[in-house]
Amino acid sequence: MKNFSGKVLFLDRSDINTDEIIPAKYLTEITKEALKPYLLEDLKLDTFNPEKDIEGKAVVITRENFGCGSSREHAPWALEVNDINAVFAANFARIYRQNMYNCGMLAMELPENTINEIFSKFASKDTEAKVDISSSTLTLESGDIKETYNFNLAGFDRSLIESGGWVDYADKKY
Amino acid sequence: MGKTIAEKIFESHLEDQPFEGINVIRLDAVFCHEITTPVAIADLVARGKDRVFDSTKIKAVIDHVTPAKDSKTAEQGKIMRDWAKRHDIKDFFDIGRNGVCHAIFPEKGFVRPGYTVIMGDSHTCTHGAFGAFAAGVGTTDLEVGILKGVCAFKEPKTIRFVLNGKLPKGVYAKDVILYIIGQIGVNGATNMVMEFTGPVVDKMSMESRMTLCNMAIEAGGTSGICYPDMTTVNYLWKFIKQDFITKQDALKAYSKFISDKDAKYEKVIEYDLSNLEPMMTVGYKPDEVKTVKEMEGANIDQIYIGSCTNGRIEDLRIASEILKGKKISDKVRGVLSPATPDIYSRALKEGIIDIFMKAGFCVTNPTCGACLGMSNGVLANGEVCASTTNRNFNGRMGKGGMVHLMSPATAAATAIAGKITNAKISGDKPKAKPVKKTAQKAEKKVKKTAVQKPAKKKVTGKGGKK
Ligand code: SF4
Repeated sequence: MKNFSGKVLFLDRSDINTDEIIPAKYLTEITKEALKPYLLEDLKLDTFNPEKDIEGKAVVITRENFGCGSSREHAPWALEVNDINAVFAANFARIYRQNMYNCGMLAMELPENTINEIFSKFASKDTEAKVDISSSTLTLESGDIKETYNFNLAGFDRSLIESGGWVDYADKKY
Repeated sequence: MGKTIAEKIFESHLEDQPFEGINVIRLDAVFCHEITTPVAIADLVARGKDRVFDSTKIKAVIDHVTPAKDSKTAEQGKIMRDWAKRHDIKDFFDIGRNGVCHAIFPEKGFVRPGYTVIMGDSHTCTHGAFGAFAAGVGTTDLEVGILKGVCAFKEPKTIRFVLNGKLPKGVYAKDVILYIIGQIGVNGATNMVMEFTGPVVDKMSMESRMTLCNMAIEAGGTSGICYPDMTTVNYLWKFIKQDFITKQDALKAYSKFISDKDAKYEKVIEYDLSNLEPMMTVGYKPDEVKTVKEMEGANIDQIYIGSCTNGRIEDLRIASEILKGKKISDKVRGVLSPATPDIYSRALKEGIIDIFMKAGFCVTNPTCGACLGMSNGVLANGEVCASTTNRNFNGRMGKGGMVHLMSPATAAATAIAGKITNAKISGDKPKAKPVKKTAQKAEKKVKKTAVQKPAKKKVTGKGGKK
């Protein structure tokens, strides 16, 4: 199983698309590693600078419809090679969400008001996330503020995370 | 209780339900192109699983960047070529015979009513126009599709769109889908099948239905879907005539893939489109939509006509009617990419290519080209393109570029004027308001609807009937 805990990167916008996560011009790369420098290169956000803000982060927290647009699995891979294996959002685009689990990564929905609360309490601070898959909890900590949120990791998604992906599972079974 | 078309297709293809709400379905076709497939092939090889489930059900094409533009794209093409050869994939379309995937595969008769199709491409939803369930997937799902011929999906929840009225002259499927996305938003149909029905769809050609279904993903939809009817049968007839004695027989057989009257929907949304105007996008999201009239006069540098949305013969005919005998403004440049070789050669025979060239368009070979900003018409920083494609994301057609999505008619008129303008098409003139308020208030409102202007449409909640 991958590591899902560490420092949080807050992306305060809805509808962040896969072109913003990894632009099309890098889709000619055949290795995942080659995508590393280009993660979120085209994302324009006042509070975000890809050159400084990605380094050392392990978890992304964002708003609605993360990963909309193209089906490119390069989007989760670009996160993965930057050691980011978990994204929390109000909801995800379907293909992107499935791609995350197919790679053994975590794409977890939290209720919109929980996301709002997290943004108002933590977004402006250095925040550490502890994700516990077995108890399905996300604990955020910054200075003396600490909050724990429950999430719901259902059967299929959990089995993909635990078995490390869909290819071996399907090849054995079908 | 009745079933939707998507539920019927799932039921007839169900292989397994490993977890509650998860359906592993058998696939009738797995489509492949050179951007997302090489990575899947490389991974299968690395796992020692370089196999295909059925070489006759795999269809492959090199379309996104063709001819190769550099060593890396050449390598992607080579991986596809070698793989197709190795596994005896007969339906592989290499340069000279290749075209944009979602245009060439339907043209070859590879999609039939009731089929299940996946591809490592988000606009795979296009093929739902044939009454099929067709969904874009990522590389891992594609890999499993290639290897085992199955894919896992949640229950196919459906939003039914009932498109009433009659489209005014000069208003097309592209305007309809832009309007719908503008209404429900880019997240409005996430995890949902978008079922398009009603008199407007019944009258549409297969080309127009493909345009409609093509952009379902821009509202987050899993698949667009239309009911199979005589238009579908006529389009497919040359491929299916061995299987049926008459067209009526084919229609009867395909009619099992029509939703039951008492099918259960997440939502039913009705629009009256009799007064719809030509629409276009204005920002970096496909739901940022305005009427062309509101944007009249806006600046443009390039016009692009092509893609899996609007690069078909019908689109070229519409644009050429407007371009005939005219020249495009010297303030702009025009690029036409017919979507397939067949479309290209028909356009040549019909004199359409000549019209485009005399008007001053550059005509390229069939390819995705400028649509995803990898070749054939990439924008410079700060430039704007009037485009018949489906995505206006920031940087999509080139870093710092801006794309306005629109119909081929609007794009052609804009090319002549050198700025955004409505096509002047004789016939019933589109009126000022995009839609007429005709619908009654919904009997039972959905909890949270993404539709912003409920006055213009009718929404029925869960379980709502036709
Ligand atoms: S034409 Fe554009 S949207 Fe269609 S398949 Fe090609 S790149 Fe994708």
